[in-house]
Parts: sequence; structure tokens; C-alpha cells
Amino acid sequence: MTAFALVFWAFAIVTVGSAAVVVLSRTLIYSAFALLGTFFGVAGLYAMLGADFLAATQLLIYVGGILVLLLFGVMLTHKIYDLDLRSETGNLAAGAIVAGGLFVILTATALRSHWSTTPRPPAPTTEAIGQLFMGTYLLPFEAASVLLLVALVGAAMIVRRRRDA
Amino acid sequence: MTIGLQHYLVVSAALFSLGVLGLLTRRNAVNVLMSIELMLNAANVNLVAFSRHAAGNLGGQVFAVFVIVVAAAEVAVGLAIVLTLYRLRRTPNLDQADILKG
Repeated sequence: MTAFALVFWAFAIVTVGSAAVVVLSRTLIYSAFALLGTFFGVAGLYAMLGADFLAATQLLIYVGGILVLLLFGVMLTHKIYDLDLRSETGNLAAGAIVAGGLFVILTATALRSHWSTTPRPPAPTTEAIGQLFMGTYLLPFEAASVLLLVALVGAAMIVRRRRDA
Repeated sequence: MTIGLQHYLVVSAALFSLGVLGLLTRRNAVNVLMSIELMLNAANVNLVAFSRHAAGNLGGQVFAVFVIVVAAAEVAVGLAIVLTLYRLRRTPNLDQADILKG
């Protein structure tokens, strides 16, 4: 087993193991911190796929932004002094059947299909992605920026305490 | 054994299935949002893996960036709704969000 494969398996185990903790942990705050491991693992997988820009973006936005936001959500929807932030589960059997079936189907499809693979040699991607954003994908880029603006203004609007209520 | 496209696809399938499991079984709204993040990450791993191994261009990575943007917007709006619901009902449990049920 080469060093590359070893590192891949390490990242894969970190990613899937942390995701299992996120889903199965009874304590909400453990789920939130296990999500950190998942995001780091996915960033590692991006790096192994030669997507250096995306790995950095993953760390900046997911770990630095989305995870902090989710932690605020955990803190704000519980009494802080409430020590056991329990998160109940329900429909465990049905959910396990659906998720397990989905995993079997997806894995079978991935393993049995014939993918025509032509690996791209690894190269720095940041400049190329920047060129694509300013050229081919300029319109979706602008639309995404407007979407972000509208979503954030809307989020602030929703949580604002109304004076008359 | 060399690590190829299919290894990434299987990891991504596991991640996505765990997200589905969390989405179906958790009652806490914040936890459901975390599960959705897992599923979006699984889709992103797929996009980047295909971009590296099959497509031969960077389109998949560009699309992954857009997915991250949408995930950020989704979490912001989702948490705003959860907080408003919590203020209204004093519970983050989705089962008790049945105001529209009549």
C-alpha cells in the first residue's frame, strides 16, 4: 500500500467516522464538533484530488463560517446552563433501512459502472478557476452573489424582533 | 492498489447515506441542518472526483464552489427560521412545529 493510499484511507475514515458521530451522537454539541472532523476530512479529500483552491475554500467557509453559525444555532436554541443538550431520534428503523438501501444502491452503481477515466494531471487550480469565474461562468457567479446578498438580508429580516409583536 | 475514482464515489455514498439517516431520524432542527450539510459535502466530493478523474476540465470544481455558496445561504436562512420557531414555541424539535396543521 503506497503512502498516497494510506493518506486517502486516513482521510476517508476521519470523514465517515465523524459523519457517523454527527448523525448518531445523542448530545447535540458533540454532533456539532464532530462536524468539524467531517469538514476537515472532506478538505483533505479535495487536496488529494488536486483541488487546492477548493480545499482552502472548504476550510474557510465551512469550518470558519458555517460551523460557527451552526454552533450559534445550538447555543441559541437551548438554555446555555442546560447541561444535557439531548437530541432525540425517532423513526430509527425506517431511517436505517432507507439510508442503508441508498448506500447499497449508490455503492453498487459506483463499483459496477464502467467509468471512462482520463485523469487530469495535478496542477495549481486557483488561477484557472478565477479565469473561469470571470469568463465562462460570469453570469452564474453574479447570480450567486445576488443570491447570497438576498439570503443574508432575508435571514436578518426573519430573526429581527418585531416591535408590535 | 491505486486510489481511483470509485474509492471517492464510495466514500461520498457513505457520507450521503449518513446524511439521509440523520435527516430522517433526528428531531432537532439544528441537527437536521447538519445532516443536510453532510449531503451537500458528499455531492461536492463527487463533483471534484469526477472533475479530476473523468471530465478533464475544471467545471466540476467551479460547480462545487457554487454548491458551497448555496450551502452558506441555506444555513443562514435555515437558522433564522429555526431561531424564529424557537422563539415562538420554546423548542427546537421539528415534531412540534405543527402550527400550520389546522
